[in-house]
Amino acid sequence: MKEIFKRHPRYGAAPQDFEALPDNLWIRCPRCRELLYSKELEQTQRVCSKCKYHFQLTAQERIDLTVDAGTFELLGPSMHSVDPLHFESRGESYSDKLAQYKDQSEADESFIYGAARIDDQAVVLGATEFKFAGGSMGAVFGERVARAIEEAELRGVGLVIFSSGGGARMQEGTISLLQMAKTVAALDRFKESGLPFISVMADPCLGGMTASYAMLGDVNIGEPGAYIGFAGRRVIEQTMRQKLPQDAATSEFLLQHGMIDMVVPRVELSSVIGRLLRAYVTCNQSSIRRRLVEQPV
Amino acid sequence: MSSLFDFEHELQPLERELESLRKRRDANGAEADQEERLKGAIDDRLREVYSRLTPWEKVQVARHRARPYTLDYLQLAFTDFVELHGDRAYADDRAIVGGPAVLDGYAMMVIGHQKGRDTRENVDRNFGMPHPEGYRKAERLMAQAERLKIPVVTFVDTPGANAGLMDEERGQAEAIASSISTMLALRVPTVAVVIGEGGSGGALAIAVADRLLMLEHSTFTVASPEAAAAILWRDSAMAPDAAASMRITAQDLYGMGLIDDIVPEPVGGAHRNVEAVAAEVGRAIRSSLDALDRLSVDDLMRQRYTKYRDIRFYGE
Repeated sequence: MKEIFKRHPRYGAAPQDFEALPDNLWIRCPRCRELLYSKELEQTQRVCSKCKYHFQLTAQERIDLTVDAGTFELLGPSMHSVDPLHFESRGESYSDKLAQYKDQSEADESFIYGAARIDDQAVVLGATEFKFAGGSMGAVFGERVARAIEEAELRGVGLVIFSSGGGARMQEGTISLLQMAKTVAALDRFKESGLPFISVMADPCLGGMTASYAMLGDVNIGEPGAYIGFAGRRVIEQTMRQKLPQDAATSEFLLQHGMIDMVVPRVELSSVIGRLLRAYVTCNQSSIRRRLVEQPV
Repeated sequence: MSSLFDFEHELQPLERELESLRKRRDANGAEADQEERLKGAIDDRLREVYSRLTPWEKVQVARHRARPYTLDYLQLAFTDFVELHGDRAYADDRAIVGGPAVLDGYAMMVIGHQKGRDTRENVDRNFGMPHPEGYRKAERLMAQAERLKIPVVTFVDTPGANAGLMDEERGQAEAIASSISTMLALRVPTVAVVIGEGGSGGALAIAVADRLLMLEHSTFTVASPEAAAAILWRDSAMAPDAAASMRITAQDLYGMGLIDDIVPEPVGGAHRNVEAVAAEVGRAIRSSLDALDRLSVDDLMRQRYTKYRDIRFYGE
């Protein structure tokens, strides 16, 4: 009987460097520190089975999880960042840094977009690549977001963007800042077309990203537990000179304060987006809408 | 001049000499010639010093306590200003001021960040760092200007939007995004003048105008040099390096075509001759508005859209 009440060693007692294990068999949840079996994590769409933390996804993982199988078609010509400021940091140029970002992320930039079907509804879908420079908004990012927006209008379909990133890209200075203006300018036009923009924000969504296109969705959706805000946790703690409560600036907090429409678990996202698209686009019988569908631009 | 920057120290002997000359003149009323000569010498030195300011020195000039703020311009360059208050939803933010005013007989809606000069004022103005209600007030005034068909003029001067938990609760990100969206869609001409610090999204929120002007010694940046240094090198003491590498001066940004014009400052910076810089800013706003006034609303909207949509700086 005593055996039952015997304290078991905590899982957390695993060796510190286990994350570096080559086979990646186990992954530690960054939120609750639980060790998760990586195969199981795939089955739960990369959601921690213990605390429901929604792991960051690569753009490709996001697309695969969201769209109807085999329907995604990558759009847009190939584009690359340049180094307009001739930025150098400790002897390392921005061009060197870009090469590093590419290697680390196996992506060509921090945002990609394409056409797809979600729950059998045609959409243009864009997703940030957090692994590329923290999903930051350089000139390529801004241009691709703007083109994704324009592509949705051209095709007369809804626009869905998944956003997760740290905001500005320091190495592009004020050009990075102006991507906020570029994406919003494109979105302002799009909104005249009578088509919906569904903005899904994932952990973490910060700074210029949240303070531009991402917060301007017709429907704003947050993933459970995602940190979504203007300033990061550390910055706020410095401003306030106090520790923040655990739930500060999470999706649930934003829902409570009226900033987003809903918090949707990853497993339900496609069907929620599908319902919205049916209401706003497919089953929208207004004459303006019909004209759009019958005579695409 | 009571307080000099480090880079101005070579002026100290000249200023001291001028000071003592003035004291002597008070006593006997002569020596006007010599005073003029000395003033001329000081101006020459200042002109030289200010022509080779480093980006970090510009940051310091842009933050100078005696530098004119939005309300100073409203007082010196405009007439008939009536300050309007409140966002009609939550509060009145004292870090953003605004209301109708007249410049050379032309009515416009003027909106700007407002810093304080001393501690008491800065508590009141939150160091010019707006809360969401500040941006919502700005948006309300822009919409009013559009309805009343008067141009919108903004003065940009903030270290950045406030970053507290209350700001997240009240939607700082949404407030900034929405202000950008509203300003870009205004069907009246818009002019923005960066008069000091153009700090990040908190500055951009009221800066997306048809004509974006910057004072000669102002800066416009994606993050304060201190914050950028902390992000890039985990060391905010490297702010001078960040200021240099991020190309944040009016001259750099003009060179890249990101702003439309530079408004010259008086010798030795705006804080040395507030009346002169106010007159210069007034002239710059007038000439920008005169040019914009010649456009039809459709052309105005098309040009503004293109201005922000077609920012390049990428390879394809």
